[in-house]
Amino acid sequence: MWLKRLKNAAYPDFLLGDWVVLVASLVVVLLLFKILWSHQQANRLEVRQGSKILGVYDLNQARSLSVAGPLGVSEIVIQHGKARFKHSPCANQYCVHQGWLKTVGQVAICLPNHISLELLGEKKPYDSLNY
Amino acid sequence: MTHSITSIATNPQDHKIARLTALAIGMHVLEAIFPSPLPGVKPGIANIVTLFVLMEFDFATAAWVSLLRVFASSLLLGQFLTPTFILSLSGAVASLIVLRFAQHLPRKYFSVITLSILAAFGHIAGQLLVVRIWLIPQAGVAYLIPVFALAALFFGCVNGLVVARVIQNRQHG
Repeated sequence: MWLKRLKNAAYPDFLLGDWVVLVASLVVVLLLFKILWSHQQANRLEVRQGSKILGVYDLNQARSLSVAGPLGVSEIVIQHGKARFKHSPCANQYCVHQGWLKTVGQVAICLPNHISLELLGEKKPYDSLNY
Repeated sequence: MTHSITSIATNPQDHKIARLTALAIGMHVLEAIFPSPLPGVKPGIANIVTLFVLMEFDFATAAWVSLLRVFASSLLLGQFLTPTFILSLSGAVASLIVLRFAQHLPRKYFSVITLSILAAFGHIAGQLLVVRIWLIPQAGVAYLIPVFALAALFFGCVNGLVVARVIQNRQHG
């Protein structure tokens, strides 16, 4: 049998049970990657100003939102499954440089202008804003 | 002047444990010198000694060697009671618990490689549990699990192979 030949040629130390354990472990590790690293596609965008939720928007559309904060108006773009800050009146522009948000739980926060974006999916994988 | 001489009676079993532990401490310290490409991912070569002792002697001796090694190495490295030490200890205890049960697997089908892989998984599970509960009480730790599990599988396999070869060489020459 090819398995036995491979076994005896390359790995004489492996017994049958070792192979079973090895393969089972590999499957478990792959499953762990799949379960814990699955980046679920988001379908909604939650926009907050301060502690208020200004709105939850469907991600499956192309539109832009203008949100007023203490510094001025921030512009947010939704484009078919992703969202980002486009313009912000803040000085450091971290929120704009963060770029597109695509997966559930991703967050972009503009601290100076008190505006935050969070992507929502079917369910939250973890509470990224309040941990 | 009176000399106070305190002596502890030792038996050959103690000497055996001391010799094997010295070897394990050497490997532990050696490994601590080398930087790791990913923080927390280490081959754990000192476990080679633990497994060797388990195969050649018994579980009690292996437990002694493993725990003494953790305490003594942490003293040598100045890590006693630091998080590094606690993690090292929790890993060692968890893998010993796993080995306590896994040692009864039929030797006809399961060699030391299986024990090594299972012990490595136990090791990382114990450590991650402590990290999750005590050091980083946050669900984000879950993202690290697959990476550590993969490393445990790889190094568990390699260490197990090393032990298997060491035992073979001992028997054949």
